[in-house]
Amino acid sequence: MERVQIFSLIVSLGLLFGVVELVRRRRLRESYSALWIFTSLSIIFFVVFPQLLDRLGRLVGVSYTPFVFFLLAFLFLTLITLQFSMFLSNLSECNKALTQEVALLKQRLEEVEKQAEKA
Amino acid sequence: MSDTLIIIPAHDEDGKVGELVGRIKSLGLDADVAVVDDGSKDGTARAARDAGATVLSLPFNIGYGGALQTGFRYALSKGYSYAVQLDADGQHEPAYIPKLIEPVKAGLADVAMGSRFLGAGEYTSTFMRGLGIKVFGRIASSIIGRKVTDPTTGFQAMDREVIRFYASDSYPVDFPDADVLIMLHRAGLKSVEVPVVMYPRAEGKSMHSGLKPLYYVFKMFLSILVTLLRKNTFRRGG
Repeated sequence: MERVQIFSLIVSLGLLFGVVELVRRRRLRESYSALWIFTSLSIIFFVVFPQLLDRLGRLVGVSYTPFVFFLLAFLFLTLITLQFSMFLSNLSECNKALTQEVALLKQRLEEVEKQAEKA
Repeated sequence: MSDTLIIIPAHDEDGKVGELVGRIKSLGLDADVAVVDDGSKDGTARAARDAGATVLSLPFNIGYGGALQTGFRYALSKGYSYAVQLDADGQHEPAYIPKLIEPVKAGLADVAMGSRFLGAGEYTSTFMRGLGIKVFGRIASSIIGRKVTDPTTGFQAMDREVIRFYASDSYPVDFPDADVLIMLHRAGLKSVEVPVVMYPRAEGKSMHSGLKPLYYVFKMFLSILVTLLRKNTFRRGG
């Protein structure tokens, strides 16, 4: 096995175990670990079957195999940041709803307190 | 206030939830009913309230597990000793609630799970669902040491310890499922299965569609793995 393959294997195994450990410690939710686990498994897959990496390169029209690797890495980063953007959009929406709810509850509470004072 | 709370998470079920609450009330059970309105855009909250249930309205949709957990947190804060969970779409037959509570109140188990495959009724699921249920049922069975026929049941009765457990941060709010069975076992909480009748889903959205089954399988395996790796921090009576 070539040195770059060994290096990739070590990094991807480290990533895989690291991510599972983060999920175990509840620092990372299962849903967001999916893409990371899929990526580290893909790296391991291509290290074990480098011919398939060549095949993929020819399929997309790239003759320099290491470049295919970078292409995949770029694709992965794009997907991850896209997932983050979606997550943040959802979070913003929820945050807005909660903030508004708090304001409305505060007002109702003030009203109830005023009524209680009168009684 | 009764010592038992029936928790019904509901999202856009205004056509069914009123009828369900009405049916439960007509059974004359010694239990209060709380419907958790999970950010419904329709008249779910109104229908539930009119039928006589307490309604907990979430400001937006957080999903089945999160809505259910809201009910557990409510039950805990109000001091209920027992809780029953069932679905708002009419899949679960409320007449079986007493059968579910029985082993829990008798102290035979902390939580009783209603299984649709123990002969009480005829239930057939789609091939994929059936396969998933069998596979994860087998996995759960071998880990917790008792036969699990219905790992994905949302029809359960439980005591205060399990209410506390479900209300805690360790509760997986994606799909409460076979991994929950393993968590319960690790926490020292005893679970049993009780035969119940369930009806097939009529119409409306299913939680399991599209890419979700794939994610479900991944999430289950990962969740079971990390559950087995984690240290249990739940203490009875804590």
